[in-house]
Amino acid sequence: MVTLLHGAIIAPLAATHASWTDIGTFAVAAAIVLAGAIGVVIARNPVHAALMLVMTLFGVAVLFVLQRADFLAAVQVIVYAGAIVVLFLFVIMFLGVDKTESVKVEPLRGQRPLAAGLVALGLAGVLILGLVSHWTTGKASVAGAANGPGSNVFKLGRSVFTTYLFPFEVTSALLVIAVVGAVVLARRPPTTGSDGPDAIGASGAIDATGETVDAAGDISDPTTETIDEEVAP
Amino acid sequence: MTIAGAWYLGLAAVLFSIGALGLLIRRNVLVMFMCVELMLNAANLTFVTFARMMNDIGGQVLVFFVLVVAAAEVVVGLGIVVAIFRRRANATADDLHLMKG
Repeated sequence: MVTLLHGAIIAPLAATHASWTDIGTFAVAAAIVLAGAIGVVIARNPVHAALMLVMTLFGVAVLFVLQRADFLAAVQVIVYAGAIVVLFLFVIMFLGVDKTESVKVEPLRGQRPLAAGLVALGLAGVLILGLVSHWTTGKASVAGAANGPGSNVFKLGRSVFTTYLFPFEVTSALLVIAVVGAVVLARRPPTTGSDGPDAIGASGAIDATGETVDAAGDISDPTTETIDEEVAP
Repeated sequence: MTIAGAWYLGLAAVLFSIGALGLLIRRNVLVMFMCVELMLNAANLTFVTFARMMNDIGGQVLVFFVLVVAAAEVVVGLGIVVAIFRRRANATADDLHLMKG
């Protein structure tokens, strides 16, 4: 086991002659990434979980820079930390920040030890397979070289707009579908005109529409029902 | 020279496992979404590492597409969460058994 550990972990580290700057940067970034990830899982308040997620995303961006993926590091910070986490925080604030979940309560008995065991088993399997097995890879460098001279943005852009042009176009369709879906989901369900000014003005029709809305009250939101009860007398 | 790729792959595996664990044991839907983001980030780190190790820019292009899909997923998922919140006051995953009959 010791020889396995030495052969798989220590020897590659020594063989690449990594500078101490690289090693230190990687160690600090990895610690930040793991601390943020654990913080996301164990934080009781969703706002704290979102801030821990920002920490993890910055750590991953540092690891991208360390691997010469400059454009992706910038996009990681701008899109993930700047847009997606802000969207998370927006929804958390919209729904109320005071809803903390008690982590102690376990509704399904024995689910957490089972989940932890399964995850540990999967992680151990992946790590052991990575250590002891041989990697088989396909044809190298289909889309162009990643390392070597030239800027990262130039190489990435040339690959996106030549080799991966069709997936890039399909991506735009995906974004349009997502926008339309979000609009449809955020739209309020159409009420039957009972809470509008017309229903209040036409006093004779209140009872009929009130009955209709009450019958359909199971599928409409509770705010509509309270409004109807105020209007009816 | 830089760090060997095996370190990045091991870190990505641990990050993915933490995300999967959080997805399994947390009950708040928003935190579950954040754990999905953790898992996507682990996959992105693996892609970038293999792009460097195999000298292929395609891995980085794939990370680009994963970012787009993650953004679309978050938009639709949070829209669903808000729509659920409008019907009922809490969003723990245990309470969402409307289709149970």
